[in-house]
Amino acid sequence: MPEMTYLQAISDGLREEMRADESVFCLGEDIGAFGGAFKVTDGFVEEFGADRVWDTPLAENAIVGTAVGAAVEGLRPVCEMQFADFISCGFDQLVNVAAKMHYRQGLAVPMVVRLPSGGGFSGGPFHSQNPEAWFMQAPGLKVVAPSTPEDAKGLLSAAIRDPNPVCFMEHKHLYRRAKGDVPEGRYTASMGEVGVAREGTDLTVIAYGAMVPVALEATDDIGGASVEVIDLRTLVPLDRDGILESVRKTSKVVVLHEATRSCGVGAEVAALIAEEAFEDLDGPVVRVTAPDSPIPFSPPLERAVLPQVDDVKEACRELLAY
Amino acid sequence: MAMTSARPAALPATDAEPALALDRADRSALLRFMLLMRATEERALTLYRQGKVPGSYYDGRGQEATCVGTAFALGPRDRACVLHRDMGAHLVRGVRPGRILAQMMGREGGVTRGRDGNMHFGDRELGCVGMVSMLPDMMLVACGMALAFQMRREPRVAMTWFGDGSTANGQWHEAMNVAGVRKLPIVFVLENNQFAYSTPNDLEFAVDPVERAATYGFPGVKVDGNDVEAVFEAAAEATERARMGGGPTLIECATMRMHGHGAHDDMRYVPAEMFEAWSKRDPIETYSARLKSDGFDVDAIEQSVVEELERDTEWALAQPMPDPATAADGVFAKADPQLGDGAAPWSRWATVQQEGDR
Repeated sequence: MPEMTYLQAISDGLREEMRADESVFCLGEDIGAFGGAFKVTDGFVEEFGADRVWDTPLAENAIVGTAVGAAVEGLRPVCEMQFADFISCGFDQLVNVAAKMHYRQGLAVPMVVRLPSGGGFSGGPFHSQNPEAWFMQAPGLKVVAPSTPEDAKGLLSAAIRDPNPVCFMEHKHLYRRAKGDVPEGRYTASMGEVGVAREGTDLTVIAYGAMVPVALEATDDIGGASVEVIDLRTLVPLDRDGILESVRKTSKVVVLHEATRSCGVGAEVAALIAEEAFEDLDGPVVRVTAPDSPIPFSPPLERAVLPQVDDVKEACRELLAY
Repeated sequence: MAMTSARPAALPATDAEPALALDRADRSALLRFMLLMRATEERALTLYRQGKVPGSYYDGRGQEATCVGTAFALGPRDRACVLHRDMGAHLVRGVRPGRILAQMMGREGGVTRGRDGNMHFGDRELGCVGMVSMLPDMMLVACGMALAFQMRREPRVAMTWFGDGSTANGQWHEAMNVAGVRKLPIVFVLENNQFAYSTPNDLEFAVDPVERAATYGFPGVKVDGNDVEAVFEAAAEATERARMGGGPTLIECATMRMHGHGAHDDMRYVPAEMFEAWSKRDPIETYSARLKSDGFDVDAIEQSVVEELERDTEWALAQPMPDPATAADGVFAKADPQLGDGAAPWSRWATVQQEGDR
């Protein structure tokens, strides 16, 4: 298996799908000649032509809305938001038109919206957000958030082949930092199943996306404790059984995400555990998240807002001692 | 790399094609669809007043010629995103009035089986994608369908309807721009019914929107939206141009919403003389008189509409309410159900099919 970066794996997955299925095409801003802001579609326009690698006008509702129309006509569009933040400009088409289509009239909308998300590089308040919880409040959307190159490729293929609109959260911090072996050819990773990034018995850290490597680093050596790290991989559908299985094993849970705190993934996971595994707990469910704040530009401010390895260590130590 | 989107659609040569004309059966059908729309809406209003239609009630009284005339130009494999005042377009595509009444009553037999109300539906088996309340979102969805036709080099057209208020919304611009840039096979139908809820044209725009079409790189035409044949002719020309690779058209149909925005709306904002003037231009009365003078048996058409509606109302009232246990079913698709083809009653389509074009 070749080693790839997270970004190369996404690019590889998209290219494989486009080679295998003519109905797959991509659309977005600057994805053609320029190859995309992060170069995910570098070389695509030369291979697939300008029709299937559509440099759209600067209009996010147009990107999402035309994708909905193409999808109900049997194509499989893959939209690129230049940054996940810009989905706010295409939100209407996503949550009102795409998400509710099947419920209202039994029509499938097989489309993917790729959302380069997350902070850590002084992108400021409009190039750093983690908007995944927005989509979790819009029934009809699936949401995936891979943390490894292998999953990034496999979950992208799964998302493209899914008959529903899928928000594909690809964390920018992982693009060139996350590296790993990636199978060649087309394959799909299963949506709706957690992964066990590391097995353990004393405490569980539940994370996804760029916070999975943070969780692994923070708990690698924490006073000899055996810490399990669960990678959610898919936020909708959420693998409730996979979460609860780990909770029942370790009885102590830290939920970690880079997105803001209130009504986020952590709140949902904590509520699930409170409802379904209260008797199995040996301590309170602890959240480590960004505060309810925009992501600031200046490096010391941004570091203060985004969860750091030391924040996770501290939360784990306290909970282990509880 | 150059864009390849300006190519013509793969339609055979036009020599053998019949003219874009209406025969007697077509003209009879146009009147019948308009009458059926009005009768169905009147029945729905009665059902609303009887408490059988939950929520509010919205109709398109006075706009029958606009939706019937435009939809009549569509071929079976063309696709439509229909607006809430355009019941006639659904009827032309083949939706039974009974299913519309059941839809309005929130019943199992309605097109969305109680998932959505009033005219918020599209029968996917008839090539229609249902609207959402955010206007004019469906313009972009129709653009996407047209994009699919263009990419697959299919001689097909998407049509979508929206009102004067929609022209003030940003997505109107996004759709017009995308359609112009990609030269999409699409027909935009602007139903200018003079008021967006209570807001008149002069508070919505400073320039007649039909004039904007040129700035997007395609034609805009304005027609009398209460003259069903004039509407049809504009739509037939626009669909033909789109089908041949000539790109989009904006058709502005000047008409008037003769009821309030919803049943709760007393229309106090409509000047009495304006309402009076439009009352004299009722599209159905005008067309009935025209067909009568051309020797049509209009009474027989009216009678057949009454009979059809009686049967369909009975059917709709017999439909059960949906099972509450299914309320959260169907949020996600498990397969890829596709759009089907719609009815296309214009005689030309039968001719084209006989000739094997389609």
